[in-house]
Amino acid sequence: MEAVVNQLPIGLSIGAVLLLIALGLTFTFGQMGVINMAHGEFIMAGAYTAYLLQDWAGRQAVLVALPVAFAVAGVMGLILERTAIRHFYGRPLDTLLLTWGVSLVLQQLARDLFGAPNVQVQAPAWLQGGIGILPYNRMFILALAIGSVVAIWAYMTRSSHGRRMQAVMQNRQLAAVSGINTGRVDQRTFFIGSGLAGIAGVALTLIGPVGPALGTYYIVDAFLVVVAGGLGQLRGAVLAALALGLLNSYAEFWTNASLAKVIVFVAIIAFLQVRPQGLFVLRSRALT
Amino acid sequence: MRNTAWRIGAAAAVLAMGLAACGGQSSTSTGGTTAAGAGAGDTIKVGILHSLSGTMAISEVTVRDSELLAVEEINAAGGVLGKKIEPVVEDGASDWPTFAEKATKLIAQDKVATVFGGWTSASRKAMLPVFEKRKALLWYPVQYEGLESSPYIFYTGATTNQQIVPGLDYLKEQGKKRIFLVGSDYVFPRTANKIIKAYAAANGMEILGEEYTPLGHTEYSTLTNKVVQAKPDAVFNTLNGDSNVAFFKQLKSAGVTAEQMPVMSVSVAEEEVKGIGVDNIAGHLVAWNYYQTTDNPANKKFVDAFKAKYGADRVTSDPMEAGYNAVYLWAEAVKKAGTTEVEAVKKAAGGIKLDRPEGAVTIDGENQHMFKTARIGLVEPDGQIKEVWNSGEPIKPDPYLKSYPWAGGLT
Repeated sequence: MEAVVNQLPIGLSIGAVLLLIALGLTFTFGQMGVINMAHGEFIMAGAYTAYLLQDWAGRQAVLVALPVAFAVAGVMGLILERTAIRHFYGRPLDTLLLTWGVSLVLQQLARDLFGAPNVQVQAPAWLQGGIGILPYNRMFILALAIGSVVAIWAYMTRSSHGRRMQAVMQNRQLAAVSGINTGRVDQRTFFIGSGLAGIAGVALTLIGPVGPALGTYYIVDAFLVVVAGGLGQLRGAVLAALALGLLNSYAEFWTNASLAKVIVFVAIIAFLQVRPQGLFVLRSRALT
Repeated sequence: MRNTAWRIGAAAAVLAMGLAACGGQSSTSTGGTTAAGAGAGDTIKVGILHSLSGTMAISEVTVRDSELLAVEEINAAGGVLGKKIEPVVEDGASDWPTFAEKATKLIAQDKVATVFGGWTSASRKAMLPVFEKRKALLWYPVQYEGLESSPYIFYTGATTNQQIVPGLDYLKEQGKKRIFLVGSDYVFPRTANKIIKAYAAANGMEILGEEYTPLGHTEYSTLTNKVVQAKPDAVFNTLNGDSNVAFFKQLKSAGVTAEQMPVMSVSVAEEEVKGIGVDNIAGHLVAWNYYQTTDNPANKKFVDAFKAKYGADRVTSDPMEAGYNAVYLWAEAVKKAGTTEVEAVKKAAGGIKLDRPEGAVTIDGENQHMFKTARIGLVEPDGQIKEVWNSGEPIKPDPYLKSYPWAGGLT
């Protein structure tokens, strides 16, 4: 019984990880329709940022790295958007191929820069230990996920930049004729979306491997969350991540890890049969 | 029109970046080729086929490095049969069909004398039919699950009775009788666990659980919960690759210590310890045939040469040593045979005994495995592995466990 109860916080913490890795994608994929396969490599860039910062921040690197990784991954995303992706808007399949190529290049770049073996990022001493089955580092990730969601929600609804972003998302042409520089908004959206991946990367150093292949382990899960949650829907992503986290947790507990993956996939496919648009759908009068 | 131009431009840019990345890779990977130097006619080509990209690159790149070191050393000492060895490096890309494809290319197109390569059993199983069909030779450098003995493969890593069985003997000796099995979901862990269960049944040990996770899995909180609830004396870990990092990090943060529940790993060596983080794995056990700390002159020479070539912060590990040995053993067999012709080399190989970093290694001509000394190690806080037990003498390889009565039902 204790074990069954334990799976509840475990499910929540899996959900928090899923939410963190998917949050950036709800922007770039959900709002801009860019299937960014390099999202995983922005996560990786965040993780390596924490690794590099260890040299002078020591064990507190994880904390120091959060804003730095946001900037590093954000700038990488911005460069990608400016140099390549913006020429492919409205052509999801082309962006998929393009960003997949970019992701391979970035992985190989990481391998050349940092070597193929995993590197170590030391967790701060205050994140060691935990309460019962739930370690402090998992709680930290949970808090980080909640913090990120609140920050984004506030940005989207309270700041003028965020409201412009919503306007472009809902009706690009109308936003443009209203005087919004949609190109600039796209850049900003991509910067924030990629930056969030960087933050996720820092958090993942606490629980997983830090190596060139890091991004590939999380990219599929991230897309699952966005698709199940509904494109561009913050609350959809939150709910989908939690649901998938809990489903994963109990499915693995009662069966095993391989079967749990199958169960999650089947559940998502079944769900999308009923609701192809995901949990929530953007209501818009735009002619798209 | 403008769009099309851009599309072509961007595609070209990506292609250029890709080529640049590949270029960077091959310039490092063919470091040994320039050392070999000599023209095409008076060299002996050998293939080196490991994953230089993808999830297995973390491990396999290190084996490639040690194999290139061996080639360089042998060339510096005059080569074999008066010719220099010329390595042809290929990338298996962590993709098993690619291994078969690249093996075919090395044999048919490059006409290599032999191939050193592979890591996962899946890659070996993919290459096996290629080598058997073309009657070419493969040297496979990694411990594996046994139950195989191809006439065209030499196995320089441990088979089960030189690693897993000694690991179990050690746990039994320490009074650890209730065991939990954790492994990646593919052929090596599943076969290894079959053997472990047969051993346990015959030796009064109890298996409390058996869990598999997909390769590349990184979420271990549920599995940790299952292990903690079962309260085993020890965990036998056959996870492979990056999963080990996630597993040990999450086990540690769930408050499990090596004192209450040691984990015996068979795929974690010095290189992996660095990536896992010493904090997370110190005090846990590993089973191999070689450690960087193994004390003998041949090993000192190997470690010094490796560090001189690749950097002082690099470490050496069991599969690297087995790959390094493979090149020397092949060269020795070629010298003895007086030719690189496969059948002659195979015939000459049996009984060859060399003093290697792990101690004496002898080729068993019958099953083409090696006599190797088993060593149990403890991960130290400095990231090195301290030997806590060894088998005293090299163990005769027994890939089908014929000499173990309890293993009767396995094959």
